[in-house]
Amino acid sequence: MTEEKAKLKKQTRRILQGFGKKRGNLIPILQRLQENLGYLPREAMLEVARFLDIPEIDVYGVVTFYNQFRRNPPGKHSIRVCLGTACHMKGGYITLDAWKRRLGIDRGQVTPDREFDLDTVACVGCCVMAPVTVVDDKPQGKVEPTKVDGILLSFKLEKEKQ
Amino acid sequence: MKVIKRQSVVSAFQGIKKQAESQWRELRNGKPVIMVGGATCGRAAGALEVLRAIKGELKKHGLSCPVVEVGCMGHCYAEPVVTISKPGYPPICYGPVNPVIAQRLVREFVLGDNPCLEFVLGALEKNDLVPSFADFPRAEFEKRVILKNCGHIDPEQIEHYIASGGYGALVKALEMEPEEVIAEVKRSGLRGRGGAGFPTGEKWEICRNARGKPKYLICNGDEGDPGAFMDRAILESDPHSVVEGMLIAAYAIGARYGYLYVRAEYPLAVQRTRLALRQARKLKLLGRNILGSDFSFNIKLFQGSGAFVCGEETALIASLEGKPGTPYHRPPYPVTSGLYGKPTVINNVKTLAFIRHIIESGGKMFAVTGTEGSKGTAVFALAGKVVNTGLAEVPMGTTLRQVIFDVGSGIKEGKRFKAVQIGGPSGGCLPESTLDLPIDFGSLTGAGAMMGSGGMIVLDEDDCMVEIARYFLEFTQRESCGKCTFCRLGTKQMLEVLDEFTRGKGRIEDLDTLVALAEDVKAGSLCGLGKTAPNPVLSTLRFFRDEYEVHIKEGRCPALMCRDLIAYYIVPEKCERTCDACVGTCTVEAISSHPTKRYKIIDQTKCVKCGTCLKACPPQYSAVVKLSPPSLVPASK
Repeated sequence: MTEEKAKLKKQTRRILQGFGKKRGNLIPILQRLQENLGYLPREAMLEVARFLDIPEIDVYGVVTFYNQFRRNPPGKHSIRVCLGTACHMKGGYITLDAWKRRLGIDRGQVTPDREFDLDTVACVGCCVMAPVTVVDDKPQGKVEPTKVDGILLSFKLEKEKQ
Repeated sequence: MKVIKRQSVVSAFQGIKKQAESQWRELRNGKPVIMVGGATCGRAAGALEVLRAIKGELKKHGLSCPVVEVGCMGHCYAEPVVTISKPGYPPICYGPVNPVIAQRLVREFVLGDNPCLEFVLGALEKNDLVPSFADFPRAEFEKRVILKNCGHIDPEQIEHYIASGGYGALVKALEMEPEEVIAEVKRSGLRGRGGAGFPTGEKWEICRNARGKPKYLICNGDEGDPGAFMDRAILESDPHSVVEGMLIAAYAIGARYGYLYVRAEYPLAVQRTRLALRQARKLKLLGRNILGSDFSFNIKLFQGSGAFVCGEETALIASLEGKPGTPYHRPPYPVTSGLYGKPTVINNVKTLAFIRHIIESGGKMFAVTGTEGSKGTAVFALAGKVVNTGLAEVPMGTTLRQVIFDVGSGIKEGKRFKAVQIGGPSGGCLPESTLDLPIDFGSLTGAGAMMGSGGMIVLDEDDCMVEIARYFLEFTQRESCGKCTFCRLGTKQMLEVLDEFTRGKGRIEDLDTLVALAEDVKAGSLCGLGKTAPNPVLSTLRFFRDEYEVHIKEGRCPALMCRDLIAYYIVPEKCERTCDACVGTCTVEAISSHPTKRYKIIDQTKCVKCGTCLKACPPQYSAVVKLSPPSLVPASK
């Protein structure tokens, strides 16, 4: 475990080298870290606080304030159900329920096999394709419960192929 | 001194322009050009697959005509859209196109001579062969200014933008004194398109005269309103128009540094904007001594991190400073004390996109369009139950009816119009009786809504007004930053009341509690989020109070939407019995056949009310119905 911690620390330090020690860089730093590590582990947050010479709570406060930051490792595939107005009125909440049912997890969680993580997003601006689900960063239009099954099936087939 | 500098700027730009124009000509050069609409909405509809299919088919036939991925033309209902400009033909736009149609277009039109009229959406120019977009009835109401380039140029190539006249306004502005630029913008009467409608020229002037250095310019691309996608479309389709607007604004106010704040939920917009900045820097249109003049300006792209409140200017500044995005009290306003306490102008994406047009053709020309208090055009994002979903740019003062029924072609599937939700979580739901109101900054306030940034969701008879009010409250409650007590706790209380309503558990006196709470939240909040959060509730209460009352008194949802108040039921007399469509599609296996009579029965204890069976039941039977209240379902025999 400590070995892993040391590794995270090292990775974080390497990424931090590309940034100036300015408080204004805090959010870009956290974004870059999350891009590389997949999430923001405690060790990384501590390193950032040390690097910018700000209280640890300030880093933690920013991480917990913004919806995009996550403090747990993500799944292999990310499922983001859009809950914008158009999506909601066209049944985005029903789609979300379908994902929850099929994956057996609530929003903000990861499946036990770490294959999928499920979350919602405020609006991706694809309102004309409502209801939208962003699957692995690709927005997919008109995702209704039957299409949820279709998407999961395609993942399953792909996995079997490998 | 000034004259020499001027000449150098003009000649420096002329070289760049010449090269861009020759590149643009070369692209055409007698060959057919294929353009695929590849903004986020197009991609969600499968534009990338279409693009691949076209490239594959061209290769198969050994053709080498250019295939360009362009932005969004605004005809989102027909995505993916493909435009083919073949010499001898007008540029023809096709949609919706799938990979198979795309291959056919290449074979029969690009290679052969059949323009495949059955897939045509419209032509871009007037001609004798196919109807053009200008012949569409909606054209009479539209006026494209900032959407003009969208979908017609490659957003990833600065040369396309320059060849279409881009950055000419910057050169013209650099020849003027900063004060003259501000005067021109003031003359245009342009008001901020983010929603508040503050006069742009005035804002610039205050900032120019403010003490403190350096000055900052921020472009607010944190389009957080759910249901709005105008800024996304512009940043994805024509990012340079925003960059040029920022450059002119910076020159006018004397800013040295700028930030372009884009939401993280728009990855494609982020990517294309980043590329646009890099390209502009390479051509010396951005950075130190722009085009050899003594004007220097740099723009940094800043990605938001998913907080709706950051669209509020003081919260946005906090976010840029690396803090949680909580707003602070105004005054002092950011124009005198903003980012790091320095004078800062914050303009919306659309506001800045207008600037080049104002400088090019003069403020007076711009002011010709629009109403007394609101000049120019407004961009709306049409979504929901309207036929022509997508983007519409219309002169200020156009009525809601014209936008929804003439530009948007009315309601889908022949249903009845119920309301239009305008202005996002800060706006309201307006009923049929208000449709003849002209839209400008002031007009909708009286009806309890506001123009806002331009998101418009059209609702029909199947949409429950209590549910939409609950939805917005849930949204604002979750997005409240928590600084002000009334916004943090008041919205939560309101949400709980609304939750009860949609579950049929409300009490009639709760309606008064809701109004009282709404007034308190409005009065007790610092920023726009809290001040306007009760609007969706108040406007639906005002126009659709009867729907609230039915929910409370009868435990029934008249629009058949609230899940706790409806049940799905298969009418035995209508059920075809040998058909299994509903059984096969049910996602929770709740449907089975009657042991002897074979008609289908829904097990109400298993049903999750997803509505899949209703869509699966063939229209000639229409045996699946929704009933409200659920007690209407007869006990199965």
